[in-house]
Amino acid sequence: MAATATSNAITLKGSTEIVAEFFLYGINSILYQRGIYPPESFTRVQKYGLTLLVTSDDKLKDYLNPVIAQIKEWLYNMTVKKLVVVIKDVDTNEVLERWQFDVEGDKEALKDGKPRQKSEKDINNEISAVIRQITASVTFLPLLEGACAFDLLVYTDKDLDVPAKWGEDGPQFIANSEEVRLRSFTTSIHKVDAMVAFKK
Amino acid sequence: MPTQKGKTPSKTPNKQSGPDRFIPSRSSQDIDLSHFAIMKEKGENEENDPDWSPSKAPYQNQLNTVLNKGDNPQDTKILSFNNKCPAATGHSNRMKVLYSYSKTTVPKSAARNIPQQPDRILDAPDLLDDYYLNLLDWSTSNILAVALGTAIYLWNATTCTIAQLLNMQSENDYITGLSWTPEGGILAVGTNAGAVQLWDTEAEKLLRVMTGHAARVGALSWNSHIVSSGSRSGAIHHHDVRVPDHHVGSLIEHTQEVCGLTWSPDGRHLASGGNDNVVNVWDTTLALEGVSPVQTFTHHLAAVKALAWCPWNPVILASGGGTADRHIRLWNISNGSCVNAIDTNSQVCSILWSTELKEMISGHGYSQNQLTIWKYPQMNRIAELTGHEARVLSLTMSPCGTTVASAAADETIRLWKCFAKDKEKVKKTAQTKSVKETFSLPSRIR
Repeated sequence: MAATATSNAITLKGSTEIVAEFFLYGINSILYQRGIYPPESFTRVQKYGLTLLVTSDDKLKDYLNPVIAQIKEWLYNMTVKKLVVVIKDVDTNEVLERWQFDVEGDKEALKDGKPRQKSEKDINNEISAVIRQITASVTFLPLLEGACAFDLLVYTDKDLDVPAKWGEDGPQFIANSEEVRLRSFTTSIHKVDAMVAFKK
Repeated sequence: MPTQKGKTPSKTPNKQSGPDRFIPSRSSQDIDLSHFAIMKEKGENEENDPDWSPSKAPYQNQLNTVLNKGDNPQDTKILSFNNKCPAATGHSNRMKVLYSYSKTTVPKSAARNIPQQPDRILDAPDLLDDYYLNLLDWSTSNILAVALGTAIYLWNATTCTIAQLLNMQSENDYITGLSWTPEGGILAVGTNAGAVQLWDTEAEKLLRVMTGHAARVGALSWNSHIVSSGSRSGAIHHHDVRVPDHHVGSLIEHTQEVCGLTWSPDGRHLASGGNDNVVNVWDTTLALEGVSPVQTFTHHLAAVKALAWCPWNPVILASGGGTADRHIRLWNISNGSCVNAIDTNSQVCSILWSTELKEMISGHGYSQNQLTIWKYPQMNRIAELTGHEARVLSLTMSPCGTTVASAAADETIRLWKCFAKDKEKVKKTAQTKSVKETFSLPSRIR
């Protein structure tokens, strides 16, 4: 391991960076594992002690980066409650899979702004456990037939100003679904739970 | 704790709202909400109010909350990004290979005839269907050891006789790993309790019990007088079997169960694979503990149980990944590069090298449960041996190098004579012999 300054203090800003990064790699892992985009369009990076696959497709990167930047802002203000990745069939527009990440922010941290104590290694271990579970989900998730597209939904506070590029939408639940709850991780300021719902 | 607001006093007013035998878990119910809903209804009936509209709004509210699983949509806004994601044009889902049953076409090899039927099928009842255990090993004295639940049986391949070596006392202390010493005769046994037992199989005596692991020992490997054991805790211990204080080293690097463990033929390197998808290569020429791995490979996307060193090239290591990975990877451990990566479309449980014709054989799971023979170094498929009705769990090779034994979840061990030595002569005798054996009743181990 490289001898970087191992700080155990997590600030609100640091926590939002960690959670936003997790969402980026998590979404990329889901897109690769579920076969939404061709596997050749992904490249390997080393992160959290694992080899993760991120997209090298420019259009997709241009789509994801502003979304993640916006989510980072909302995480900082603790106005985001959930992030949902919805996988739909392109032709029928039917929702086939729904990956839901619940975010719980500790309001105390927002108020006093004091850094919390949690080692980076522990957080990375917890995140890598969740990402490994996403990868291993192929063992119980049904095959996605046909071409699929994905959509990102964010549950925010009611009184939030909707930014320019975003619009209001419905929850897009799956009618007859089976749910599997995955592991969670916490940075001591933000707690993230994960679960996946799929059509039976 | 819900407060008793109702007019009817409950029979057991101090009863905690915990599990009872009709409703084992109340955590998914919102007791307060249900109670409020019941009380509300009761109140309306008593007042006999025909006008429903004042009470309709809170009722709708509660309905909303319940349907939306606790998130009151009045409090939350759901936003979606206006630009829609770029479409993946002309791309069919590659994941289909995991679910489809198509047989892969194997090019006909003009050089030799590999019998498609096993030479022999042995019955292995109670063989544990656990991917992470290593329950099969063939000694250099030509005895095949297999662990069935809490017992170990030895099948003498020369005389075709069976003997039970041991049966554990407690049902919970089942066998999780076994490995013969390179000279044969002594068997190291890993148990669920975390102990490593040494048995003298000729005298049928327990020589010693070496404890120290916190969890079950699923992987074992010998290096002259040292046996290394890998545990579910992620720790690897070195035991020197000649001295009383046997625990001579520990390697703590894996964060999950160690399922693959193998020393290189020259005894210089130890390769370990775990459920954390990591392959570590350790160099123990200087010290047995306190060392970091010389190589760490995280390319695999699933547990790595299949590990095998190339017998003729000391720097080449082959590794195979589980269901989410399905790749066989060849590594050069001196420079840490991945020499080759092949997608096998199925969970890889074990890899063996064959020196005779420079080939490799791998055992697989869903959907074909086949053994695939590859030509090294091109890595093209030479043959696929099917027959197992459930996933293959372990492979081991006979001391002569001609036969491979595969144990599978269908509770059978099949012996395949796939690496023939003297091509002309052995080919003829193998063909006639295999026809005879498969039509005979499968011989039982017990």
